[in-house]
Amino acid sequence: MGSARIPGQLLFHANKLLFGRNAWGTAASTCLVAKKSSTLAYQPDISPAEFGETTRMNLFQSLTSAMDIVLQDDPTSVVFGEDVAFGGVFRCTVGLKEKYGKDRVFNTPLSEQGIVGFGIGIAVAGATAVAEIQFADYIFPAFDQLVNEAAKYRYRSGDLFNVGKLTIRSPCGAVGHGGLYHSQMPESFFVHAPGLKVVIPRGPIQAKGLLLSCIRDQNPCIFLEPKILYRSAVEEVPVGDYVLPLGKAEVIMEGSDVTLLGWGTQVHVLRQVADLAHDKLNISCELIDLRTILPWDSATVIESVKKTGRLLVSHEAPITGGFGAEIASTIQEECFLHLEAPVQRVCGYDTPFPHVYEAFYLPDKWRCFEALKKMINY
Amino acid sequence: MLSRVSVAIFRTAPAARKTKEILHSPWIQQANSLSTTSRCSILQGLLGALSVRNNSSEQIFDIQTPYKLHRLDESPNTTATLTHDEALHYYREMQTIRRLETAAGNLYKEKHIRGFCHLYSGQEACAVGIINAVKRDDAIITSYRAHGWTYLRGVSPLGVLAELTGKKAGCSEGKGGSMHTYGENFYGGNGIVGGQTPLGTGIAFAMKYQGKDNLCVTLYGDGAANQGQLFESFNLAKLWDLPVIYVVENNGYGMGTSTDRSAASSDYYTRGDYIPGIWVDGMDVLGVREATRFAADHCRSGRGPILLECVTYRYSGHSMSDPGTSYRTREEIQDVRKKRDPITGFKERILSSELVTPEEVKAIDVEVKKEIDLAATKAKTEAEVNLSSLYTHVHSQIPPGMKVRGADAFTYGSPE
Repeated sequence: MGSARIPGQLLFHANKLLFGRNAWGTAASTCLVAKKSSTLAYQPDISPAEFGETTRMNLFQSLTSAMDIVLQDDPTSVVFGEDVAFGGVFRCTVGLKEKYGKDRVFNTPLSEQGIVGFGIGIAVAGATAVAEIQFADYIFPAFDQLVNEAAKYRYRSGDLFNVGKLTIRSPCGAVGHGGLYHSQMPESFFVHAPGLKVVIPRGPIQAKGLLLSCIRDQNPCIFLEPKILYRSAVEEVPVGDYVLPLGKAEVIMEGSDVTLLGWGTQVHVLRQVADLAHDKLNISCELIDLRTILPWDSATVIESVKKTGRLLVSHEAPITGGFGAEIASTIQEECFLHLEAPVQRVCGYDTPFPHVYEAFYLPDKWRCFEALKKMINY
Repeated sequence: MLSRVSVAIFRTAPAARKTKEILHSPWIQQANSLSTTSRCSILQGLLGALSVRNNSSEQIFDIQTPYKLHRLDESPNTTATLTHDEALHYYREMQTIRRLETAAGNLYKEKHIRGFCHLYSGQEACAVGIINAVKRDDAIITSYRAHGWTYLRGVSPLGVLAELTGKKAGCSEGKGGSMHTYGENFYGGNGIVGGQTPLGTGIAFAMKYQGKDNLCVTLYGDGAANQGQLFESFNLAKLWDLPVIYVVENNGYGMGTSTDRSAASSDYYTRGDYIPGIWVDGMDVLGVREATRFAADHCRSGRGPILLECVTYRYSGHSMSDPGTSYRTREEIQDVRKKRDPITGFKERILSSELVTPEEVKAIDVEVKKEIDLAATKAKTEAEVNLSSLYTHVHSQIPPGMKVRGADAFTYGSPE
């Protein structure tokens, strides 16, 4: 199953493409991504002191660090996927094959359904499987395996068997110019499959702690990594082992007038919306990162909305059937008498992810800000 | 030497037709059944009589690399007859694809192209060989490496490049981008590795069901050859004897992984198991053409699917984001360029056989360069697609009052 000898040089530079360098890896004009990045405005998180020593990492390096720890501590663990032995197209697995050997970190053929099904087999037999699907847009050939096999194995066997040791990592989301098949956010497809956990980090510290939790969690997890953050999100990340809780949202900014709820890249957009609301309208926003989409932390959101009376939820995926709909439904049920305005969803439109007009498709800070004003003036 | 008279024959259409008629006379037919040497001498004698001594308007070439066969008793022709006009036509088509891809690569580097961009350079002989062996109303479907196919199926270079740059003049109105280009009986441009293979099988079923004498050329790469969908397609196609030619363009690498690292068997022409297969040198346009003609006859005679493996090479990386030099050496790429390049190789053959003149080839080079340069310039400056393109074509026959939610009125952006 191992891969053959590999050249020492980097494999792909998809990450460089996505972050504004040209195809040959040299620094070049950064117009598209600079535009996107400036919209992004990543604000580093501060690592809690109890997590110990830190070092500067971007998001893909923090993921490498997490997988390094798992491979070190768990002798049954294996990491595999298309081109991962070479370091992966986004460089998330750089050096791991050299460190742990080709039997534990290996390339697979282009075979998404096979990769996930194979991972289920590894996991159900008691080993730890960390599989990469190269882009979340490519996960759909594996949809059957995830929804029908991984999600239901424990339930249908009366807990005799389970695939808790399976984690699927996959880069997701918009980057500025990914087009129809390198930009999608598929989280809401998977939240309809009880038995799975779906997690999306907003930055390097979160990514490492949440990925370690996913890998160790006794449920199959889908870990979606916003690929625009791989390089643009940089902060001091704990070098050691730590976990962050699954199924627990995090209140990033406390506020009193409006609750802003998002996950992944959208958290950073909403942070800018909070700043706009403060500067232009003197409105105080509470910002929540949902972090785990399934099972979601309704308690934290409900508590916040009872306080603020307003909820704006925002995601890149299309609005209809998006996870924002589930949240809005729960909130109207639980917070009805506290609401000052209908819950607002600011999302991708109900269109395929567009080749052109991506900027119009995305729920940017201005669209969110308009919705916020609408709530305030309701 | 070529006389002025014969030049006139080649350059004027009616005269060329006349020459063709002569060349399709029983004399030539008879010549075709003889050995190469005899054929050449007969041809030369005949053409000498037409004052076209060395620059004959038809030549017979050996297929230099032998075919390999799987579950077949007969082989495709081991020689290929090529007319003067065909030679120039194939050369022009291959050269246009090469230049088109160079232009696409440059537009990508200049950031005029969004989405991903996969180039076909190095693989031209596959497309040109196949397209010239099937009928215009036969169907073709391929993966995301589709620019050349789109051009061959009637889309202008501007139609291709403007699609890449997301302009109205693009063949999919700028909505699909590089991976989603379409043309006459060309079903695209598909984004997911191997995803098009069951589609091609269904298209072939439709052809058969409608009683048409047509087939579907269903292309995929060596990377996609490991996808489960392909094996489901094989079974369906053979079960119902569908007229489909599966073509695996084996360029040696599925993204960054070479065939020997990803395939339990890299004899792709045998991997249809119960489906007959042919291995052909995909750098030889004539070999590909002959193999495809054989495959098409197989399909049209009702014998069901057939698999064609074209062994080829891609000079660029998998996509523009892959420099393509980290999983293979620069020397390997240079070596292929030097020894196996499909265009250079073909050019040398048609020149050394004096089927065409250096001037004719040069003229094509100049014309193609001019055409592609112009298209590339226009692809940057053509009109942008309308904003409504974001939400049109999502559904057909939208019920009255239904909105593409949030998109058609841009409700979220409008101040109230």
